[in-house]
Amino acid sequence: MTDTAAPEPDAESAPHLAKGARAGEWVLFYSVSIVGAVALSLVLVELTGGESWPVISALLDGSVRSPGRWGETLGASAPLLLVALGTVISGRAGLINIGQEGQVLIGAAFATYFGFQFGGAASVNLFVILLFGAIGGALWAGIAALLRYWRGVPEVLTTLLLVFLAGQAVSYGLSREALLLAPSGSRGNRNLVSEQLAEGNRLPRLEVFGNELPTMVFVSVLLALLVAFALAWTVWGFRIRTLGQNPNAARRAGVSGARYGGTALLIGGGFAGLAGAAMFAGGGFAFGNYQLVPGFSANIGWTGLLVALVAQERALLAIPVAFIFASLRTSSSFVGSTGVEGRVTDIMEGLLTLALLIPPAVIFIRGRRRARAASTART
Amino acid sequence: MESLGDLFSALVDIFTSESTYINTALFAGLLAFAATGEWVAERAGTINISLEGMLLFGAFASAVAYDLSGNFVVGLMGGAIGGMMIAWVQAQMSHNLSANQFVVGLTLNILIFGLTGFLMREMDPVTELAPRWEIPLLSDIPLIGQALFGQRWPFYLLFILIPLSWYLVFRTRWGLDLRASGENPQSADVSGIDVNKVRRQTIYYAGFTSGLGGAFLIFAQVGVFEDSIVGGRGFIAIAAVIFGGWTLKGTIAGCVLFAGALSFKLSVQGLGYELNSELLQALPFLVTIGAVAIFAHRVRPPAALAQPFVRGLK
Repeated sequence: MTDTAAPEPDAESAPHLAKGARAGEWVLFYSVSIVGAVALSLVLVELTGGESWPVISALLDGSVRSPGRWGETLGASAPLLLVALGTVISGRAGLINIGQEGQVLIGAAFATYFGFQFGGAASVNLFVILLFGAIGGALWAGIAALLRYWRGVPEVLTTLLLVFLAGQAVSYGLSREALLLAPSGSRGNRNLVSEQLAEGNRLPRLEVFGNELPTMVFVSVLLALLVAFALAWTVWGFRIRTLGQNPNAARRAGVSGARYGGTALLIGGGFAGLAGAAMFAGGGFAFGNYQLVPGFSANIGWTGLLVALVAQERALLAIPVAFIFASLRTSSSFVGSTGVEGRVTDIMEGLLTLALLIPPAVIFIRGRRRARAASTART
Repeated sequence: MESLGDLFSALVDIFTSESTYINTALFAGLLAFAATGEWVAERAGTINISLEGMLLFGAFASAVAYDLSGNFVVGLMGGAIGGMMIAWVQAQMSHNLSANQFVVGLTLNILIFGLTGFLMREMDPVTELAPRWEIPLLSDIPLIGQALFGQRWPFYLLFILIPLSWYLVFRTRWGLDLRASGENPQSADVSGIDVNKVRRQTIYYAGFTSGLGGAFLIFAQVGVFEDSIVGGRGFIAIAAVIFGGWTLKGTIAGCVLFAGALSFKLSVQGLGYELNSELLQALPFLVTIGAVAIFAHRVRPPAALAQPFVRGLK
């Protein structure tokens, strides 16, 4: 920085220009990625003998256009958002929790078991269900936290393996009447399902313009605001972020990895468990119809994880992303009815996620390149 | 399971029956294909959650290649190419575009699961098992002879692949480069190694071996493609590398141990004993978690494992 004698004429305005150009770049990259992913899925549909337009229209019908559908989609986005919020917290602490699917399932199982054990008045019962759902998910993630900080096992691996254990644990519970299985009088002969939650004890639903909204939608949005606030404005959030951005610096500043990282994992699991409990108590027909059934978690954990990743671990951004992923989910059966295999929405989901990972990476690289160019120009 | 005596006699039955060893070798074979490549990639400092997707797509690609050509060699090559296609996406996204490698891997797994399920209904490839090759004399060894030397022929590729991987990592220039990239990427970079390029190449190698593993699954073990064919065993292969303390010997030992747990389940049922089915299903995962919990902190991973390398950033 020795050339103070001859400052360039646009040195002042350059940052502003760059800012505008960067926003334009951002919009361009993201729209190209999204359009590319959707186009690629439609090419696949065409190649296998399907037609694109009916698929697109079925996607819109199934998610928002047909009567009652946007309520359904919002209902599916609530557990996705909850899972994503947990992932945001553990992700910001630098931990890679990918076992949400199992945590959701264990949360739902805990909610079912303790909900029927304690019974009680409707509001108390509902509180118990949600509380124990969160506890169940947190405990399941706690196993991974324990192994991480006590035995040094990477949490990526344990959270993942625990997903498979969760499935077996719940199906064990569903085969024993002492645990989760409904008494033989109140279920079909060989059905492995839990008792159904009594009508008064469910999470209430609101009627809005012919759409049924589970109250969990509002709760999850409130929690998103809370998480965003806690991460951005509290000392606790600051420590979590420090830990995630530079574990060495965090350690020297007195932030204990085991304490804050462990807490972040537990909270992450707790959110996933809460999502499971909410699906049980308020998910309605889309999620087991107020009963615990085998495969209850229905990919909510996996998709919720993707939501958090696509939202780049920002709690507020997770809200619209959760809605988009929920739309793909609720429109799957509509797409299936056009004669195209309904799983094409899974492919769209995967391609969309991959495509949305590209722009931030490209922008990062271009930013670095620009910074380097600027620093070499200056010297 | 009435008493301890019954349990003991059941265990004796299981350990003296040849089918236990044959099943173990088959399961271990699949894990070893994937784990060998993943071991190479982890020595270079990457972890590929997409191993599961590479196996699945390798299996699908080999089934399609065999359906089109009717030739097992073409089928195996198709599997290897299929695995490498997934590896290419993984490598480009995570070690060229610097997206998080776990995120990319997980997304790929979900994408491949949807894609193969979708394409399976559309294409429905017809496949069959490869012929069995009995190696003379060696296959007559009691108990383990049939397991190691009486398998369908794609199994024997492992006898080439495992020593080859060891040779590549410890006796070639490329191996030195990749180990340097896994231990100290900054120094490797300064000494002229293109760290991310070497890492991408190791991921392609993992895709190659996993693709072969998928083909092995079709031609030597199952015979038909289904979208649930891999069923989480890609993740167990990653666990085997960690269990083995990032040594090739340990990795293979991990494969055999986890495969033993998988085949124990089959043996128990095959010999007519009753044991809780959920426990048996969970056994391989329980053994994996238990073994990793016991051994993980006794070993030293590659120093830069799972840390992305960006020049000039530390």
